[in-house]
Amino acid sequence: MPQISITVNGKVRKARVEPRLLLVHFLREQLLLTGTHVGCDTSQCGACTVLIDGRSAKSCTIFAVQASGSKVTTIEGLATDGALHPLQEGFWEEHGLQCGYCTPGMILSAVNLLKDTPRPTERQIREGIAGNFCRCTGYQHIVNAIQHAAKKGLPKRAKRARRTPKAAASAATGGR
Amino acid sequence: MISSSFDYARATSLDDAIKRLGAAGGAAKLVAGGHSLVPLMKLRLSEPQALIDIARIKALSNISELDGHIEIGATAVHHAVATSKLLRRQCPGVADAAGEIGDPQVRNRGTLGGSLAHADPAADYPAVMLAVDAEIHLKGPKGWRMVRADGFFQGLFTVDLAPDEIIAGVRFAPAPVSAYAKLRQRASHYAIVGVAAALQVNDGTIQSARVGLTGAGAHAVRLSSVERALAGQPLTDAVIASAAGHAGAEVTHLNADIHASEDYRRAMIPVFTRRALEGAMRRA
Ligand SMILES: Cc1cc2nc3c(=O)[nH]c(=O)nc-3n(C[C@H](O)[C@H](O)[C@H](O)COP(=O)(O)OP(=O)(O)OC[C@H]3O[C@@H](n4cnc5c(N)ncnc54)[C@H](O)[C@@H]3O)c2cc1C
Ligand code: FES
Ligand code: FES
Repeated sequence: MPQISITVNGKVRKARVEPRLLLVHFLREQLLLTGTHVGCDTSQCGACTVLIDGRSAKSCTIFAVQASGSKVTTIEGLATDGALHPLQEGFWEEHGLQCGYCTPGMILSAVNLLKDTPRPTERQIREGIAGNFCRCTGYQHIVNAIQHAAKKGLPKRAKRARRTPKAAASAATGGR
Repeated sequence: MISSSFDYARATSLDDAIKRLGAAGGAAKLVAGGHSLVPLMKLRLSEPQALIDIARIKALSNISELDGHIEIGATAVHHAVATSKLLRRQCPGVADAAGEIGDPQVRNRGTLGGSLAHADPAADYPAVMLAVDAEIHLKGPKGWRMVRADGFFQGLFTVDLAPDEIIAGVRFAPAPVSAYAKLRQRASHYAIVGVAAALQVNDGTIQSARVGLTGAGAHAVRLSSVERALAGQPLTDAVIASAAGHAGAEVTHLNADIHASEDYRRAMIPVFTRRALEGAMRRA
């Protein structure tokens, strides 16, 4: 079995896993980080959304081996020193959840959105959570929760190295 | 859902991937974003014995302009294409289409090469690749090969790509007067009908036009009669409306599924052709 190494919520996690182990099962069953949910298991609902190298991704649609070498953030990794992340606070203040099943994925999609678009319009918010289904709220309070966080602004973190390589420009065509 | 078991390896370069693919003799599949392949593997509709991961071959993810042509590497993710300043300026239709694929999570992982190789009849990229007259660059054990988008999409999930070949990227001339318009399936956002248009305009006259259609049939096709009706005409609303009016009339065998009947698709082709052309016109 291949050895993988994934930095989950800041901690390096090494394990030997079967290649067919999905990232979501690695997180939930091996690391016991059960905040990441499985809803549809068919890439549709977004309940399993986590951040991989800072970008939102459906962890039911990626094998853990594919994420080896990456940084993964789950809902458990958002709060800092016990203080809620602005999006968690927004969902609390604006009643952005009912059953809560969709909430972790919804919040991580919103983190992705606010990074790209710090002051989103309502339409941009709805597009930003287009990959996340909620069966309870009717979405309005989720939109309000994200607006609440946008007003507060995301916490400043050290800037990540950008992944724009400067390799040979013609690798795509062999330079012909 | 758990897929069948398989071996996993990461390719370090295009040539390394070609070597590994060849050595596996048909038992291995490439994986890039995994957003078509992984769902199929979970359903056990696809059971490769090995996966060769090409997603981290950095040189294959570049988006660049070289000698007056645009190049997009195969492993560029949809999000990168959708938000590329170069593409927004030089061929906005391509960026439009990438930005309409699926949802943000899908766009963060899915790649151009994976989409072209998979050739889902409802995929967005094939229509724009036809509209911008893209060259698709492939490499296999025998070396490089170039196929034009026109000849690449051959049937349902079928393209001109040998099992031991890899799509390295695409190349095309800038198409600043281009746009994409689609009727999307509400849940997945796949195209029920998607139309891409690229116009060459000089002094208010359409020199030539290329229009690609996806979602409607087994594979993406050009709408040649629309292209002919536009060529040489002034770029006006009336010309567009008239050219789009019979769009798709020559297309036989339209898809029908729970999302849209054949008749509905037929009715939507002129509507979305017109919207794509109008979108392009606004950029002229
Ligand atoms: C929920 C959801 C919604 C979606 N909605 C849309 C949509 O609206 N529009 C749309 O167009 N698509 C949509 N998709 C599909 C998505 O765009 C996929 O990312 C894309 O079709 C495949 O790209 P990939 O990189 O994920 O390929 P993979 O899944 O990794 O690979 C797909 C196939 O291509 C082969 N392959 C991959 N890369 C190469 C290469 N460079 N050379 C040769 N072969 C290669 C693989 O072996 C495999 O057979 C959706 C997917 C999901 C899960
Ligand atoms: S559980 Fe992953 S998208 Fe629904
Ligand atoms: S709060 Fe129940 S699914 Fe969203």
